[in-house]
Amino acid sequence: MADAIELNVNGKTYRLSVPPETPLLYVLRNDLELNGAKFGCGLGQCGACTVLVGSQAVRSCAYPVDAAQDKPITTIEGLGSPERLHPLQQAFIDEQAVQCGYCINGMVMTAAALLLRDPHPDDSAIRQELATNLCRCGAHTRILRAIARAGGETAQ
Amino acid sequence: MREFELGRAVPRTEDFRLLRGRGRYTDDIALPRQAYLHVLRSPHAAARLRSLETKAAAGAPGVLAVLTGPDAEADGLGTFSSVVQRRRPDGSANFVPPYRVLALDRVHHVGEPVLAIIAESLAAAKDAAELVDIDWEILQSVTETAEAPAAAATVWDEVPDNICFVHEIGNKAAVDAAFARAKHVVREQFRISRVAVNPMEGRTALGVYDEHEDRYVLYAGVQGVHRTRAELAGTIFKMPASRLRVISPDVGGGFGMKGSAFPELALVLWAARKVARPVKWAAERGESFIADHHARDNLSDVALALDERGKFLALRVNTIANLGAFLASMGVHVATNNLGGLAGPYTTPHIHVTVTGVFSNTNPTCPYRGAGRPEASYCIERIIDIAARQAGFEPAELRRRNMIPPTALPYRTGLVFTYDSGAFEKTLDMALELADWRGVAARRAAAAARGKLYGAGLASVIEIAGGPADLPLEEAVEIRFDPTGHAAVLAGTHSHGQGHETMYRQFAAHALGLAPEHVQVFYGDTDLVFHGRGTFGSRSASVGGAAFLGAAQKIIDKGRLIAAHLLEASALDVEFAEGRFTVTGTDRSVELVEVAKAAFVPQRMPRDLELGLDARAVVTPPGPTFPNGCHVCEVEIDPETGVAGIVRYAVVDDVGKVVNPLLLKGQIHGGVAQGAGQALCEALIYDHGSGQLLTGSFMDYCMPRATDLPMLAVASNEVPAKTNPLGIKGAGEAGTVGALPAVMNAINDALLPLGIRHFDMPATPERLWRAIRAVETKKAPPP
Ligand code: FES
Ligand code: FES
Repeated sequence: MADAIELNVNGKTYRLSVPPETPLLYVLRNDLELNGAKFGCGLGQCGACTVLVGSQAVRSCAYPVDAAQDKPITTIEGLGSPERLHPLQQAFIDEQAVQCGYCINGMVMTAAALLLRDPHPDDSAIRQELATNLCRCGAHTRILRAIARAGGETAQ
Repeated sequence: MREFELGRAVPRTEDFRLLRGRGRYTDDIALPRQAYLHVLRSPHAAARLRSLETKAAAGAPGVLAVLTGPDAEADGLGTFSSVVQRRRPDGSANFVPPYRVLALDRVHHVGEPVLAIIAESLAAAKDAAELVDIDWEILQSVTETAEAPAAAATVWDEVPDNICFVHEIGNKAAVDAAFARAKHVVREQFRISRVAVNPMEGRTALGVYDEHEDRYVLYAGVQGVHRTRAELAGTIFKMPASRLRVISPDVGGGFGMKGSAFPELALVLWAARKVARPVKWAAERGESFIADHHARDNLSDVALALDERGKFLALRVNTIANLGAFLASMGVHVATNNLGGLAGPYTTPHIHVTVTGVFSNTNPTCPYRGAGRPEASYCIERIIDIAARQAGFEPAELRRRNMIPPTALPYRTGLVFTYDSGAFEKTLDMALELADWRGVAARRAAAAARGKLYGAGLASVIEIAGGPADLPLEEAVEIRFDPTGHAAVLAGTHSHGQGHETMYRQFAAHALGLAPEHVQVFYGDTDLVFHGRGTFGSRSASVGGAAFLGAAQKIIDKGRLIAAHLLEASALDVEFAEGRFTVTGTDRSVELVEVAKAAFVPQRMPRDLELGLDARAVVTPPGPTFPNGCHVCEVEIDPETGVAGIVRYAVVDDVGKVVNPLLLKGQIHGGVAQGAGQALCEALIYDHGSGQLLTGSFMDYCMPRATDLPMLAVASNEVPAKTNPLGIKGAGEAGTVGALPAVMNAINDALLPLGIRHFDMPATPERLWRAIRAVETKKAPPP
């Protein structure tokens, strides 16, 4: 049954009435009109729906909204501001790592969690982290470079 | 404007919104009162519907409507068309199966739409689907390409042998004669596996019926909105095209597949009218696997005849192409229209090809990045490598001996195409240099010392773009200035990841000297853009560029008259350069932007000129283009586990004039990833008896991942095309065309020491392990 759920997303608090097992992705997209996280498979197999819950990257299509209460949620909309992009966003632009853009939310958010844990990841750490994020446009190598660049920038 | 000139590495103007989650893809659009459509699909590869009971579903909570095939018949909905016609051996036209929006009384592949349920929520629609009662009579099915002709199972009663067409081109007598006198004849059979296109954004559609205007709106990611409109309005709904508006917003990858018309596009529109509410359908991933059009899937017998010096005398190819159960809009095109690439960059004088298109109980096959081009390049480049081994030539040297010299251009090949330009041997040399081909032996030895098999493969490939060959398709661009002096560029092409917003801004900087912030680019809306063919076949830069220049010239011509009036000079004395009209030999000048503003002010305009500044051009290029290149791939295989990895990869491409090296290299990377994905791991597999798809999820279907791809070395050998004013050849498919043969040549090179003559794709660990074990067992002495 629908319960009152309280979510903190990108610094704002929302109270909603949704069944607690509803995947977080659907709540973000359908109830909060935050469309940055994408539906790619709905089964936790592609990464397109990744958001941060606390400092963890989670696949929101397979993450019950219930479990996301009490922790700050960050979506790509809340990662940087138009005036001050997150270093990852800037690095993805600089490396021209985006093609169709559909997987990019997942790539950026997965990398954001990695950088929180390890501000200067090396190539193999980045590849490992992104091993299960799919990109059909084949932008992988530039995505890897963009993350490495952001790692470098964070270092300064 | 200099920084946006052609050839500059301009960052994409679209990335700022995409990286902040502000893209707008179809599923991001939610309309008030929108209802949800769920498609109930055939669970069988072949079956008759004995009975269909939908009453319980129609009465279920939240259900607004249940629609069936007979309902579609009753409403007079048409069947999807097949664009290209071929013939049967008896000369009759190929059979075009009735490709309905919903099955009528029989299903022909797993996933075929049977009925549509529209409900308040997706959950309600899915729950109701459980209440549908269907009595199936299961029929025999055939899914294997090789077995389709003369299979016991018949996909269509009208075609007992499952043969849709037999298409023959080239000079058979000359080929036979050349084979008879050849010193070396090399023959092999190649299989190109069936793959899923799998754009990360699954197909999605939102249909609206506006009763007030008696008009429909379709939001869906498609590659050409006008083509989609023509097919849906004209063929399915049989109404004037102007009663349908098609909007294709941001699209999460198309790759050819989203150029097809699909039942779901018609279903959401039909349903929207039925329930008088907007209706949305979004494919789930498992649904995409069984509902999207698939790609590739053919089997070729290839034979090459050579003389004693290694000169190619003739090429013979016999292909069976699996078309699926229905013909996708461009399915027959893929199988028969891009065969010219078999000639490669070589002088082979005689080529003969027979393609047998077969029906099977599988999803229709459609264009997928390359659309017949990678298949053709694979056949010629693979057989050349086998010939090199068999006849004792070095693979690069054998290619070089047969390459069309620059002096011979334009060159009419032995099959269909006449190449306008290229520097094939130089491109080969540049690639060998970039890849350090000479260092292969040392790297092979080093790998062997680590117990690894090492292989190097190359592919010199060429493909048609902006075709078809005999009469290229036109493209349209409109340029409209507004009273503030800003320009709207409305293009008939469609960007679904290629970065066209940036490209057209570069065209505007080049031709009109406009700053990027003075240009807004529109595409993907039939109400905004007057005409267009869309984006496919690597055509948008070359043909869209030509159309842009056409429209820009009209702007300059009219602008000159206005400028002359403003500058009080004769138009004959006014010249245009870098965004500015100048009276020749003076410093009196006015910017185009100022001229555009003046064009809306009657007092500033010549009396005899129409107000406003806008122009449209529809341009048909005089001929297609021929992007070409050379790929060098190196792989390592662990013989213990069968795991193969690409360790080095180099490409030198000739895509003609480079518009933007950043965009270009992105396209090459992507193309290589898709070619390498198919070579190394991707394959759709059907269960032989039941016709069920066994690889219907990302768990079972292997997609190329970040860990699979090395950094690529990419360089360009720019030889301008002669068939369009900017000299552009096109880059969208080039990567895939080269990667499929280059990767498999490398894999096969690695397996050569084991005595394996040819190993088909995909080079999965399991298949490699089995192949390696099989030869080891054979070699092992009997116990
Ligand atoms: S949509 Fe969540 S992992 Fe694919
Ligand atoms: S950029 Fe298109 S899927 Fe990654």
